[in-house]
Amino acid sequence: MAYAAGVDVGSTQTKAVIIDEERNIIARSLLDTGANVVQAAEKAFKEAVESKGILEEEVEWVIGTGYGRYRVTFGNDQVTEISCHGRGASHLFPQTRTVVDMGGQDTKAIRVSPGGQIEDFCMNDKCAAGTGRFLGAASAALDIPLDDLGDTALQSDKGVRISTTCTVFAESEVLAWLGKGKKVHDILWGVHESIATRSLGLMRRVGLEDEITFTGGVSRNVAMVKALEDALGHKLNVSDDCHYMGALGAALFAMDHILASRTAAGTEEVSP
Amino acid sequence: MSNTLKDEIVGRGNNDGARMFREWFEELNGCSERGEQAAYVFVMGSFNEVLKSFDFPVVFPEINSLQTAVRRVANEYLEEAEDYGYSPDICGYVKADIATQLRGGQHPMGQIPKPALTVLTNACNTYIKWAEAWERMYQMPVVTLDVPGTRQLGGQTWRGDRDFENDRNYVEMQIRELIRTCEEVSGKKFDIDRLREVMGHANGISSGWKRLLELNANRPSVFNALTDGTIYLGVANGFRGEEAGARYFADLVEEMEYKVEHGIGTITEEEYRLVFVGVPCYPIFRRFNELFSEWNGTFVHSTYLWFASGGSNRGFQYDLSDPIASLAEGTLVSVRDAMDSMFHHDSVVESMLEEYQVDGIVYHPIKSCRTVSTGLADGRRALSERQDIASLFIESDMMDRRVVSEAQLKNRADAFFEGLASRRKQAAIQS
Repeated sequence: MAYAAGVDVGSTQTKAVIIDEERNIIARSLLDTGANVVQAAEKAFKEAVESKGILEEEVEWVIGTGYGRYRVTFGNDQVTEISCHGRGASHLFPQTRTVVDMGGQDTKAIRVSPGGQIEDFCMNDKCAAGTGRFLGAASAALDIPLDDLGDTALQSDKGVRISTTCTVFAESEVLAWLGKGKKVHDILWGVHESIATRSLGLMRRVGLEDEITFTGGVSRNVAMVKALEDALGHKLNVSDDCHYMGALGAALFAMDHILASRTAAGTEEVSP
Repeated sequence: MSNTLKDEIVGRGNNDGARMFREWFEELNGCSERGEQAAYVFVMGSFNEVLKSFDFPVVFPEINSLQTAVRRVANEYLEEAEDYGYSPDICGYVKADIATQLRGGQHPMGQIPKPALTVLTNACNTYIKWAEAWERMYQMPVVTLDVPGTRQLGGQTWRGDRDFENDRNYVEMQIRELIRTCEEVSGKKFDIDRLREVMGHANGISSGWKRLLELNANRPSVFNALTDGTIYLGVANGFRGEEAGARYFADLVEEMEYKVEHGIGTITEEEYRLVFVGVPCYPIFRRFNELFSEWNGTFVHSTYLWFASGGSNRGFQYDLSDPIASLAEGTLVSVRDAMDSMFHHDSVVESMLEEYQVDGIVYHPIKSCRTVSTGLADGRRALSERQDIASLFIESDMMDRRVVSEAQLKNRADAFFEGLASRRKQAAIQS
């Protein structure tokens, strides 16, 4: 039995996924990236293999992805997270045609073909508005742990309107609403709606098509899922593994390579 | 193939172009030191033909500005203009030039002379506001030529058509006004034979430019439209109407024909042939190209080489027996084409796809030029509905490094090539 791994080095967190030849996820790991990107990648990989008692040598091919993909120094190849999220989403939800990936510093909308190939994509520009960082700023301003933001926001029955598109100014706006006596959960819901609106714009740019799969770290936030579903008017594909989608996609490409290498030609390269 | 001949010819256009540029700026520096003034003009309708017939030294502020970016000092200039009161959202070319003027003409390539007059067309709306700034600084004559554009997509008219003839007459009257202003400013009498001579050299450049672009339809392509093409473009604009410019293009065409004949391309392996739409990213000019060449992608064409050459791609040939009327016709045809290739880029690019065997299109909207960037998204969408062609949409700037994120550009370029590879693989499976 051969194994393949994907290591997704994101701006905030590093994820590793190991899959078997049947393309089932058999191990995963998650840790904060921190300042040492190389070390984070190595540690995430080690934690994943050790969690299932697999020897590192049994993992035949490793692909790095994410902004730190070139720092996965023990890996065999690199593929962008754009291709990996598209591939992973199509694997978990085969009817996926649009992927919205919301991470720590960028949000991407990706349109994929029925086979999971990337047809078009776009990302937020050189600012963090509409990304996980926006939630981080709200978390800091309101002194609420990041993991509690979603549940708190869902208590709202009348969100405030966050008008700024700048993450830095958003913090000031949050404080201004607090000063006006608005409830914390109403402010937080406004933050989520604001991000959803910007993300919807990205999705429209690539051509919104059903089904839509929500990936990346922010997909764990229940309020963000609801805000996006409200904006879209229908349900999103979401699962616990959506946080690992980049790493999963990378592992799938790695398995493609392993299986292709066994063919008679044995020369086929990884091609997302 | 004789190695000696190959060494003499291949790369000659780039070397000669760089030398001519240095010499041009040395001349401008000399003018400035002697207290002489120049004519300030723009690339989309420079009227170099008229100005050079009066022997005006010619300054292209757009070229000066982009040179500050290529030489990695643009931000000093941009920040100086912003400190003076210009918004970060205003065209980077304007701001770098304003700072150059505030510095008394100090520029990394030499001292730029002050303007004796300014000549511009309506091809770019910013030209008008830019010239107004100089008018306030120097109180010199500004001649604005209004060149009627295409009334609607596909509605071009040609010689003999009533609308065209009306427009040509309108432009001709304005050229005659320009000639009178040149006489007043230079103190010289207009010499129509000298204009004929200059226009003859311009004919050589236009025909050479057209041929050059056509030659890149060959596989492998013989020059990189983004990097090499920009050098050739500088010569086409700066030396328009000069004998040296015409000779340069004759030599350049000879070089490219030689490369075609011997199958000499721009990169070792040409896997992906690309078209560039927009204005280059000058702050990381070489690096930007590497994002594509690292994947064996090369730019075989660029809309920039059409609109920033003022429409010289049409190769319009002046009728020297009736120079002023022909200059008006050539201006109308060429400047109109320049505007069309900015605003109707989807049609322009579509016309290139088959002939140039294009694999993908790279759209590069830029923060500081809304004139070029507005409509890129619509045009891309319109083209994608008509043609099954991969495209990449990446934003940065032509001048301002503060809004150029190399890591983000690379991520997008990498994903684009992954998609191209996947597309090619799928096509192979299906065939």
